[in-house]
Amino acid sequence: MNLPAAEWYDLRDLNGISRLITEWVADWGPDWLASILTGVIGALGVLAIIGPTLLILIWLERKVIARMQARIGPNRVGPVGLLQPVADAVKLILKEELAPRAADKWVFFLPPVLIFVPAILIWGVLPFGPNMSVADLEMGVLFLVAISGVNVLVVFMAGWAQNNKYALFGAMRVIAMSISYEIPVVLSLLALVFFTGTLSVNGIVLWQQANDVVLFLIFPMSALMFLFGSTAELNRTPADISEAESEIVAGYHTEYSGMRFGLFYAVELANTLAISAFFATFFLGGWWLWGLDQWVPSWLILLAKTGLMYFVFIWLRGTLPRLRLDQLMSFCWKFFVPVGLVFLAVAATQRTLLIELGWDPAVALPIYAVINWGIAGAGVAIYARTAASPAQRLPSRPVMARGRLGGLRAARELADAGSGD
Amino acid sequence: MLEQYGHLGILLIFAVIFPSLPLIASWATQHLKIRPRVPNVVKEDTYECGVETEGPTWVQFNFRYYLVALIFVLFDVEVIFLFPLALALDSVAVFGLVAGLIFIGILALGLVYEWRKQALEWV
Repeated sequence: MNLPAAEWYDLRDLNGISRLITEWVADWGPDWLASILTGVIGALGVLAIIGPTLLILIWLERKVIARMQARIGPNRVGPVGLLQPVADAVKLILKEELAPRAADKWVFFLPPVLIFVPAILIWGVLPFGPNMSVADLEMGVLFLVAISGVNVLVVFMAGWAQNNKYALFGAMRVIAMSISYEIPVVLSLLALVFFTGTLSVNGIVLWQQANDVVLFLIFPMSALMFLFGSTAELNRTPADISEAESEIVAGYHTEYSGMRFGLFYAVELANTLAISAFFATFFLGGWWLWGLDQWVPSWLILLAKTGLMYFVFIWLRGTLPRLRLDQLMSFCWKFFVPVGLVFLAVAATQRTLLIELGWDPAVALPIYAVINWGIAGAGVAIYARTAASPAQRLPSRPVMARGRLGGLRAARELADAGSGD
Repeated sequence: MLEQYGHLGILLIFAVIFPSLPLIASWATQHLKIRPRVPNVVKEDTYECGVETEGPTWVQFNFRYYLVALIFVLFDVEVIFLFPLALALDSVAVFGLVAGLIFIGILALGLVYEWRKQALEWV
């Protein structure tokens, strides 16, 4: 896709403004200055999206959850409670920050800042438009997987440094769950890489554009794996055992208070926003929408899809109860991993058939979609019938009343036998 | 290409500054005597639902955590081997596909073995 370079006033491609500034700098300054300036503009652009969106999302999440639970939600501060997040932020900044005596001072201070780094850094490879990303890496998918794995280290730092048993238990749970669900997420992305033949995030969007199809339709199970695997990695509600209040207080950030706690709270939303954006990019076509991206700014399309996915995340949170750790682990290792391996093989085979036999994608892709939906449905059905049967999950029932010994019948038999003598 | 990584490096700097700002604001309000800072012995205790904490924090952990980490490392390394194949699939064609399928089959065999050995049960 070779678009003509956008004019600076063209809102459809904000890269035009960035290029105008850097070209102006390159006229009188050294090359490295122009390059650094490009990076700074990109970084500021990313932060300009994350910062205000975070504030709105806090309000949105509380409001939508409240509506789903038949409550009203925040409605006092500002019109319809819109200023609630600002009030919360001011309150958290003005709260006293406590640090336990037994805590490891240095490691205690670092995690609230460090946990934000991967959440912001993964925005770097997200394409907001045909050539609008901070860094269009050739191995963007690998970068995404690698950076989201850093979270585990920060969580362990936080859990260890507080010298609190609840925090340590919470951290260990999060680590066990995050690394387990990393496998399905990687497998789902690997299936896409096999099928599209590119590791670049923008390349996957361009593939969807070239074939006029969103990958969600061809790989439904990979989309489900990415969606659920991310909720587990983000510790959101179907999988928020790290913050099970009734068991381990606040999980791995039990001892954090004031703004430090606020950062742990905000990073969950920032991560969810980033994962929504990546889901929209990988499975819903990203900045592309059947030609509408020629008229509407592509970054607006991406943000709309991101908002849609964010609503799905809130919806999951409002609908599903919290799962137990053993349920989550068995769901990951006994369902997602085998099904992920199957879809890896399927994607590789379909790609090779498409290339080797030279089929027309317009004919082959619908057939592939039908086959893959069939396999996905069969996988769900098999799992529901066998591995997930309630008899296996529940403890075996007491059998005293039905057994040969004990129970009312046994007492009667005993009485009969006694009277017979 | 390296320039792109440089841009990511700049983003990394901003990613550290961004969450630091509210912390710095909080620290500044403390020195402006707006935010309270009255530590005492009880406040700085380790939280333990209202009672004094007993024993060391480093308690024994379930062996399962170790096992899960081990299985994770196995699978992660094996999955990384598949990324080069995914990119080279067009050039290695059917031979490469069959080799890849055999590799995935071995992966699946390992999973079946772990399953049979009850390594995937979390009890």
